[in-house]
Amino acid sequence: MSANLSAILYLVSGVLFILALRGLSSPETSRQGNLFGIIGMVIAVTVTFLSVGNFSSGFIYVLIFLAIGGSIGAFIAYRIPMTAMPELVAGFHSLVGLAAVFVAISAFINPAAFNLGTPGNIKLASLIEMAIGAAVGAITFSGSVIAFLKLQGIMSGAPITFKGQHLLNALLLILIVILTIYLCSTQSTNLFWLLIAVSFLIGFLIIIPIGGADMPVVISMLNSYSGWAAAGIGFTLENTALIITGALVGSSGAILSYIMCKGMNRSFFNVILGGFGATDQATGGQSKEQRPVKSGNADDAAFLMKNASSVIIVPGYGMAVAQAQHALREMVDTLKKNDIKVSYAIHPVAGRMPGHMNVLLAEANVPYDEVFELEEINNDFANADVAFVIGANDVTNPVAKTDPQSPIYGMPVLDVEKCKSVLFVKRSLSPGYAGIDNDLFYKENTLMLFADAKKMTEDITKNL
Amino acid sequence: MEIDPFIFRLSIFILSIFVGYYVVWSVTPSLHTPLMSVTNAISSVIIVGAIIAALSGSEGKVFSSSSIYGFLAIILAAVNIFGGFLVTQRMLAMYKKKKKDK
Repeated sequence: MSANLSAILYLVSGVLFILALRGLSSPETSRQGNLFGIIGMVIAVTVTFLSVGNFSSGFIYVLIFLAIGGSIGAFIAYRIPMTAMPELVAGFHSLVGLAAVFVAISAFINPAAFNLGTPGNIKLASLIEMAIGAAVGAITFSGSVIAFLKLQGIMSGAPITFKGQHLLNALLLILIVILTIYLCSTQSTNLFWLLIAVSFLIGFLIIIPIGGADMPVVISMLNSYSGWAAAGIGFTLENTALIITGALVGSSGAILSYIMCKGMNRSFFNVILGGFGATDQATGGQSKEQRPVKSGNADDAAFLMKNASSVIIVPGYGMAVAQAQHALREMVDTLKKNDIKVSYAIHPVAGRMPGHMNVLLAEANVPYDEVFELEEINNDFANADVAFVIGANDVTNPVAKTDPQSPIYGMPVLDVEKCKSVLFVKRSLSPGYAGIDNDLFYKENTLMLFADAKKMTEDITKNL
Repeated sequence: MEIDPFIFRLSIFILSIFVGYYVVWSVTPSLHTPLMSVTNAISSVIIVGAIIAALSGSEGKVFSSSSIYGFLAIILAAVNIFGGFLVTQRMLAMYKKKKKDK
């Protein structure tokens, strides 16, 4: 296949990937978008086979390895519960990162196969691109592995901080730059391995100080990195499909990180430097502990809801942990039978990854046009009769609007307290992730329901 | 004077970042999770490099030191491609509209 033809076909597959993302602008067009993505991938792989044109025994092995990886991937995709999506995505990011590292290593060992020169005499530009691809890939890999372990609960979600952490990270980053420069002048294999090792280390060090609730930012950030790694390799291989895709994924992840940071009213650097919740404890929560709280049972909650004409549901990560989304939808079905208007309010950082709650609700057969984003629904709380907060906490805390001393001051929150009455399902009065007390617990119109989210929801349904 | 082909690739790269910027802002927030899984799947187009690397061995010697990395990368990327697209498909199939006749 001529080089020009294959370049054009790679461009086509790049365009199909753009259309795949474009499709996600609405749920109706999204499935078609996914199909475009698949076609783009098939084109890219086929063109590569044809342009290499080597259908020897190696080709059979490629197909075998492709089938092995493919069946593992398909198996995981069908078995994974929707609550585990953040872990899955983090895991997948690590694979992209590692694949980028492997491709870079292979190109370094055998540059002739990629038309990049001969070992020890690689073109300077290619060497720089290769080094960037390998370094970013390695950071993506080790960072994603840590994110995966934290999300999976194998590693504690608490931030791990130590003295001189930021200084160490900065020194390692400078070291990476120096290594790259030396690598370009010496073409030394050992330096290349060292570069990869240091990059693995820094990926690990960047993610350990970041706490569990900041995971939406971390996952988005790693998503972005995996894109930049792919783009770096794309430059090395002079492949348009990879360059376009890398740029798309890179900017996609960056935008998601930005949206998540804005949802928490924190700067990107504040999140990356880490340690949230571990440092900002001293906001005088102690004296407030003794304030009176109204608590109720499923019967009271059912009574309140039965007499309401509109109910807004505020789900959070706790709902995912308790796997309460199906029980919740059954409760809502019963409410709807009684002609009560029900809608869902989703905060941008609810859950452990962007859009996590929306997927869980969709899984439980909640129609997506009943689910609203913060800006769309926030004014409706004042007119609603009951707000049902299930598994959310900090995102409903009115302190963010009233107390400039609070660490979450300025964060956009759902105006839950404006509802006539608030039902708050929670295991205990313990503070949320930010480590601060939620004023909402002590409001006159709040009824606390101390129980497991799933069990409480089922009990309410029985009492309706 | 002739322009280095690198400049063309850089142009594609920069323009793609802008395309990505506008396309991603138009993605509805409720589909942000599928967005992440599908970007994951498409970034595995890096398999293109893995295939070239894997086929770099000679006829008699399929597994050389460089092609082994290629084969490993093929497995990793394939997990991602199949896993990413299928899990996205599975998620998107769950997004339904309200039934009108109820």
